Amino acid sequence: MLDKVIFYFFAGIAVGSAALMVTRRNAVHSAIFLIATLLATAGIFLQLRAEFIFIVQIILYVGGIMVLFIFVIMLVNLDVALLQIKFARQKWVALVVTLALTAQVGLLFWTTGKMPGQGFPILTAAPVNRLPPNAEAVAKSLFSSYLLPFEIASVLLLVAMIGAVVMAKKRT
Amino acid sequence: MLPIGHYLFLSMALFLLGVIGVITRRNVIVVLMSIELILNAVNINLVAFSRLYGDVAGQVFALFIIADAAAEAAVGLGIIIAFFRNRETVLADEMDLLKW
Repeated sequence: MLDKVIFYFFAGIAVGSAALMVTRRNAVHSAIFLIATLLATAGIFLQLRAEFIFIVQIILYVGGIMVLFIFVIMLVNLDVALLQIKFARQKWVALVVTLALTAQVGLLFWTTGKMPGQGFPILTAAPVNRLPPNAEAVAKSLFSSYLLPFEIASVLLLVAMIGAVVMAKKRT
Repeated sequence: MLPIGHYLFLSMALFLLGVIGVITRRNVIVVLMSIELILNAVNINLVAFSRLYGDVAGQVFALFIIADAAAEAAVGLGIIIAFFRNRETVLADEMDLLKW
């Protein structure tokens, strides 16, 4: 019961502020609503007992990436007349793509409900105590089975850092 | 934990809102933010299945996706700043240097 209340609370905040983020004209308002969505998603992660991802989400997404976004929005100030222009003329494309994707997922759920045997476990829930202490388990998995991808990710971040510096540097 | 379908529907809703943002917005910064929203929706799926099967690998993949999102945001915003310096705009339909 409590699980349900927490889930619907955070899910409502996440979906509502994501919708507001897509529709607001001002980019700063969009960024604020995206922050609300990311924090609500962090709440969902905590409800799923993924404490480490919860902390990483708050520190890295909300504290790092979104601050970067807001910095760039402040650097790139458009005039007010430009802010009034809201959407490209692609509403119908967006509607068609969204309906197609929704139909695909609906079809997936509908067919897997009819599968014999287990099928897709859409109605099953995990038992309460199944995961070991979270940060410890993530660290063990990350530094044993996934050591090579971890190193590759560090190289990726280095390349991204150099790329961002080169891109944003003033050409002399 | 609730049945996995709840999380799948939440993730689908966020993903579709992100797709709508990518297609309809003109401001490139908001398009990048919509991409972050899409990546976040994927993370919900990964963590929910990790909980369902009691396997921590899903959370490790969510970490990698967060690292990817950080790299993408850094490079994308660097490109936007360089472009703004040259053309004084961040609107997607005025970015036509490669079109002829």
